[in-house]
Amino acid sequence: MKNKLITAIAAFGMTIAAQAASAETVRVGVAAEPYPPFTEPDAAGNWTGWEIEFMNAVCAEAKLDCVVTPVAWDGIIPALTSNKIDAIVGSMSITEERMKTIDFSDKYYNTPSVIATAKGSGITPDAEGLKDKIVGVQVSTIHQDYVTTHFSDATAEIKEYQTQDEANQDLAAGRVDAIMADSLALDAFVKSDDCCEIVGAVKDDPAILGAGVGVGLRKGDDELREKFNTAIAAIRENGTYAEFSKAYFDFDIYGN
Amino acid sequence: MGPELRSWREPHRLVLIGVAVAIIAFAAINMRWDWLPRYSGRLVEGVGTTLWLLFLTSVLGFLLAVPLGLAQAAGPVWLAAPARAFCTVIRGTPLLLQLWLLYYGLGSLFAEYPEIRDSWAWPYLRSAWPYGVLALTLSFAGYEGEVMRGAFAGVPKGELEAGRAYGMSPWTSFRRIWLPRAIHRALPTLAGETVLQLKATPLVATITVVDVYAIISRVRQDTYLTYEPLLLLALIYMILTGILVVAFRWLEAKVPVKG
Amino acid sequence: MFDWFTGLAAWELLALEPPGWGGVLLRGFAASIQIAIGGYLLGFLIGVCGATGKLYGGPILRDVLDVYTTLVRAVPELVLILLLYYAGTDLLNRFMAMIGAGPVDISGLAAGIFVIGVVQGAYQTEVLRGAFKAVPHGQIEAARAYGMSSFQVLRRVTLPGMLPHAVPGLANLWLIATKDTALLAVVGFSELTLVTRQAAGATKSYFLFFCAAGVLYLLLTLFSNVIIGWIERYARRGMPAVR
Repeated sequence: MKNKLITAIAAFGMTIAAQAASAETVRVGVAAEPYPPFTEPDAAGNWTGWEIEFMNAVCAEAKLDCVVTPVAWDGIIPALTSNKIDAIVGSMSITEERMKTIDFSDKYYNTPSVIATAKGSGITPDAEGLKDKIVGVQVSTIHQDYVTTHFSDATAEIKEYQTQDEANQDLAAGRVDAIMADSLALDAFVKSDDCCEIVGAVKDDPAILGAGVGVGLRKGDDELREKFNTAIAAIRENGTYAEFSKAYFDFDIYGN
Repeated sequence: MGPELRSWREPHRLVLIGVAVAIIAFAAINMRWDWLPRYSGRLVEGVGTTLWLLFLTSVLGFLLAVPLGLAQAAGPVWLAAPARAFCTVIRGTPLLLQLWLLYYGLGSLFAEYPEIRDSWAWPYLRSAWPYGVLALTLSFAGYEGEVMRGAFAGVPKGELEAGRAYGMSPWTSFRRIWLPRAIHRALPTLAGETVLQLKATPLVATITVVDVYAIISRVRQDTYLTYEPLLLLALIYMILTGILVVAFRWLEAKVPVKG
Repeated sequence: MFDWFTGLAAWELLALEPPGWGGVLLRGFAASIQIAIGGYLLGFLIGVCGATGKLYGGPILRDVLDVYTTLVRAVPELVLILLLYYAGTDLLNRFMAMIGAGPVDISGLAAGIFVIGVVQGAYQTEVLRGAFKAVPHGQIEAARAYGMSSFQVLRRVTLPGMLPHAVPGLANLWLIATKDTALLAVVGFSELTLVTRQAAGATKSYFLFFCAAGVLYLLLTLFSNVIIGWIERYARRGMPAVR
């Protein structure tokens, strides 16, 4: 009896020990939700999308052994700071607010933020157009910040969703009148569902919308940040970036 | 009161209380709580929503549990079988899944039938709380329905026969004897079921209902704090559970328990 | 018009091989079961230690265990899971740093098992303690009087005596463990409920996938009930039948 217990405890301890991090492995956190065209699970259970290809290219360039680790989006920064993951490749924009908690690599893409509504809604992407409307956004995003800062007086309600996918779904269901998100993510959505259309980009507010998307890293993890920065510059330089982007976009999403 | 007071003064308890105070003081001083005043108003509102959900769904769920229990205990097969199937399905699947099936499953229906949006029910179908109320009510009914089945079945046959001997109609004997006796038998489980129901309410935050859990999630996202908001949330639920337990104890003392 | 109906009947989406999502669902189901079993066993271990501590421990240990069981049972599982999921890794790593070892990488699986185990442990402590107290003390004394060693008393009297009282509670906790694994979806662990939502979102067949996952959970419950029935009959052998 006692022996069995001890064996069981030892076995449990060993499964933990066996997973002790080897030095080269980088656990890359992605949001555990479909976020096409950047990250989405396929029917075989693998993660695919532009950002996964980007991650593979960067990790190959930097000679890092990267493992995709899905994490809930609303807990992805705590997961990073509490050592569950080592880097975030999750379309996370570089903002002042986040820089207080985590570090970022250089940006690797930058696209505008847009508003999508049901087809023919006549809603315009400004406070006037969103007056008395229900607006859906994903939590902990620059879009949530933006909508709260610029539209909260005008709108009837701001609904917060754990994932972008749920916000999209509720726009299709008619439970919200408009959603705000990244232009490419919403582009993929309106192409897959003929319910909705993009009505235009919101007025830029660099303080909230940030300066593009970067790899999120723990504060003080400078060595890893340098590796990522060098690798991002290298794949921009040697054409790898343009190569894998071709299949997804017909323009350069790196921005200027 | 006497023995309890004395037990507090036992030396080892004083040490433990000292440790607890030290931990709380450590948390108060070393952790970040500056966000608390900014969110206090919303937190109170959130607690209100949680309690309102708890009260509404427990009452509705119990009302639904009575026919469910009766159908299983004494109904004809065509009533008993569906009632049993309902209880099995509700108890056999996670509430989170039921909630998402109702909210997102039905939501995908609305996308296909635009005419629903013109109906009078649309303002309700459009909000999130009716789905939360529905899912929590069905869940409470599923678990308590099982309890009521046992309670109905457990009422001694002799009492019902006595009612009949007094010339009561079946309906009168149900209303005057069977139902009150069954409810009486089920009462002791209600406290536990209600605490479980309280602990199930935060799931509705995943379908955009803004309860106290959702407010705390908001704090977590705004401040990037991992532990402080969750610790406060745990404390809030502990207090609510404590109040519930005390309230039910008081209630049970009020209701005379015979037999 | 009948898109949702054909959507519901788009059974090929459930095929085991891609493009069907059945394989993903089953792998999620396997992960759920793994966590439920692991968490339940860990909970049992905690429960045995906790119950022993509550029955035989000193006053301090008893009070600490009381605090543990009361706290865990008063706070929603969802909140506990969030707290333990982040705190568990963090505390372990701080501890490792303190003793001078490098950081340990806790897999999602181990973290999930840990979380469910801690929650289960509190409830199992109470069930086992109650079952132990239901064994008449006279039987234990009689066994001692026959000169049995403590191990023999445990094996021949206490364990068989407490089994019928412990089995219903433990069985119920097993069913709760299987359903509590769904809460790990909220922290992004790829168990059945989360992969179901991903599949539903990617294919937009919400009804189909949520119902399919519901059937899987239900099968697990019904299958468990059959096994529980056998165990209960075994545990109650030689006792008067109830009802």
